[in-house]
Amino acid sequence: MEGLLLKDSTTLAPKPGLAESWTVSEDGRVYTFNLRKNARWSNGDPHNANDYVWSWWRALQPALGNLYAYMYFSIENAQEYYEGTVTDFDQVGVKALDDYTLQVTLSNPTPYFLQLLDHYSLYPVHRGTVEKFGTADERGTRWTYEGNNVGNGAFQLVDWKINRRITLERNPYYWNSDQVQLNKIIFYPTENVVSEERMFRAGQLHRTGSIPADKIPVYLEANDSSLHIAPYLGTYFYRINTRVPHLQDKTVRRALAMTIDRETISKSILKAGQIPAYAMTPPGTMGYYPESDLRFDPEAARKLLADAGYPNGEGFPTTEILYNTSEGHRKIAVAIQQMWKKYLNIDIKLLNQEWKVYLDSESAGNYQISRAGWIGDYVDPNSFLDMFLCNGGNNRTGWCNSEYDRLISDVAPTVKSHAERMTVFGQAEQILMDELPVIPIYIYTSVNLVNKSVKNYADNILNQPAFTEMSLQPEQSNIDGAQY
Amino acid sequence: MLRFAFYRLLQAIPVLLIVISLTFLLVHSAPGGPFSADKAVPPEVIKALEAQYNLDQPLWQQYVSYLGDIVQGDFGPSFKYPGRNVSELIAAGLPATAELAFYAMLVALVIGVSAGVAAAMRPNTAQDYIPMSAAMIGICMPSFLLGPLLVLIFGIHLEWLPVSGWGDMPGDKILPAITLGTGYAAYIARLSRGGMLEVLSQDYIRTARAKGLSEPLVIAKHALRGGLIPVVAFLGPAFAGLLGGSFVVETIFQIPGLGRFYVQAAFNRDYTMILGTTVFFATLIIVFNLLSDMLAIWLNPKLRQQARGES
Repeated sequence: MEGLLLKDSTTLAPKPGLAESWTVSEDGRVYTFNLRKNARWSNGDPHNANDYVWSWWRALQPALGNLYAYMYFSIENAQEYYEGTVTDFDQVGVKALDDYTLQVTLSNPTPYFLQLLDHYSLYPVHRGTVEKFGTADERGTRWTYEGNNVGNGAFQLVDWKINRRITLERNPYYWNSDQVQLNKIIFYPTENVVSEERMFRAGQLHRTGSIPADKIPVYLEANDSSLHIAPYLGTYFYRINTRVPHLQDKTVRRALAMTIDRETISKSILKAGQIPAYAMTPPGTMGYYPESDLRFDPEAARKLLADAGYPNGEGFPTTEILYNTSEGHRKIAVAIQQMWKKYLNIDIKLLNQEWKVYLDSESAGNYQISRAGWIGDYVDPNSFLDMFLCNGGNNRTGWCNSEYDRLISDVAPTVKSHAERMTVFGQAEQILMDELPVIPIYIYTSVNLVNKSVKNYADNILNQPAFTEMSLQPEQSNIDGAQY
Repeated sequence: MLRFAFYRLLQAIPVLLIVISLTFLLVHSAPGGPFSADKAVPPEVIKALEAQYNLDQPLWQQYVSYLGDIVQGDFGPSFKYPGRNVSELIAAGLPATAELAFYAMLVALVIGVSAGVAAAMRPNTAQDYIPMSAAMIGICMPSFLLGPLLVLIFGIHLEWLPVSGWGDMPGDKILPAITLGTGYAAYIARLSRGGMLEVLSQDYIRTARAKGLSEPLVIAKHALRGGLIPVVAFLGPAFAGLLGGSFVVETIFQIPGLGRFYVQAAFNRDYTMILGTTVFFATLIIVFNLLSDMLAIWLNPKLRQQARGES
């Protein structure tokens, strides 16, 4: 499947996809897309602007239970339509001006809107197929099955065996089919990273989605070029439940944040070049570098804790770190437990819970400090910062700051220039890092193994490989020794 | 014999009912629901989803309608895989699991019986101690250790066999079958040794030897049938155990079998899938126990007479 736009495989800058060009009105609210006239669905049907209007109408039907409906909410009246306050879809800012011209009107200028178009929640779907297997707003019909599915992307689903494999083949109707090099892609689902790495070593996989942490040094030592480590748009952090009495005081939270030795965690535990984080948004997101005066400073932290009424940690209640069961999270929690004992002389208990239990505890506010991670949906500070709005579903810390809300919800969407917008985010982030309802720990890196026969492979911060650009060159293992 | 089977099947009904009720209660009381995710799900979406799967009804009502569906053989839709039925998923996962269990059983029987018989022929000699010590190690060796060990040796070091997959490459079924079968082979070796030792001390064996039959003939014609009764009795539970206990091996070798579905269903809180697979496994265990009991009766003349006397 493909959206109106694609992203550059390295920089992720929007580039033409099914729309060959587009214009933006001066006020930044009206986007006009010129669709490719040679685009076809994988069954040969013509592909046009009405496909988008219908698909986006469908995505906003409440009965469909679309988890990503909010991705549409920058479009004028989309949220109102979804919530039922606007009932006429004609008032939503999506129009097919003619078969090959699509006009989208936003409520406010949204600089990351173009990026959203490459998110699967905004891809068009083939109306004839969806309606053949059920009504438009019916969940879980069989239109997605192998043999039924009709797509518009470079590859087409031919085989889908749950837990076994998903096979895609080149779609001959794809507008850019001549340039696509791969004939077939097979995805093997696995929950076992150790097996995955073994399969790679045995030459059964061209690319892995991960690698066990203890294998990274082995590959690094061997200076093996199949190991790809790249910055990843995600932050590992601890949520602090600000409703817990002894964690209500922001000086306490600051003392905790200042006694985590992030460099050591990154170097000795994680080992894959993770960047120590002193703010929520990964640095360099859309040219944004968060300013933060957070630093590792045990001396100052001890003073802060004393100021808060716990000199040398005395009287500080035993505090619990909650994490979802995983060896990696445990190692980090143990390290932080030791750091806080060593630098602040406070007692920390560790509690691990199975994933869904942990999710339940966290969203019910049934924790003191909890491990968390966040991967950006799109490359923009907003994707990290709107999480901590007072009523944000992912906030979960009980923290609420009206100035922060004003900056993110009211000011940032309406400012004129990119630089101004980034300044607003900077101000909001400073509030966040001053109050610290969350303690950022590190910025993720993506770690993949890629076989040397894969050419034109590019790393990017969303860790999304561009299959349309890759090619395979026959094994050269005899020459450079690709086997282990 | 038929009446025996009939009564046993009748007894299975309350057993299954208890299994269903307990599982139903347990899955619904487990914290975290099928739709909880790390990204907050809007309440209206949760509502739409719960309405679709009848989760908005009171629990007892869900229970009653589930029982009604199950009587009609309908396990309901899966929560995790929209549009797929639990029956469909079980049907998708069963062939791989059954095939794996079958090969593992072959491995277990061939290795187990020959080691056990060999040991019983010369008790308390090296021919006894060596296979029996190996069997002890085999029983103690968990599959999550043996599997990766075999992979390391035969898959990566020697490059003889694929390290994972199922039916994708020639030979990829060998290592999983050995990994799963070894523990059972060890158990069968000990059972057949014990059974054989007991039989070999019987008078009719002495008679056979006195007739001047060679030792291999004595074993094959007279001793095996009686000596292997403990093994036969173990086959039913073993096969059910192989089917239900293969999830570790399935995970190590990426086998798209039922065990993996089962574990994933538990993690996903896929209520209908957990219930469906549990009921399915419970039924399998009941049926295989019944079959192996019937086989044991057929093999043992004394029991055969008893069963006949009853009917």
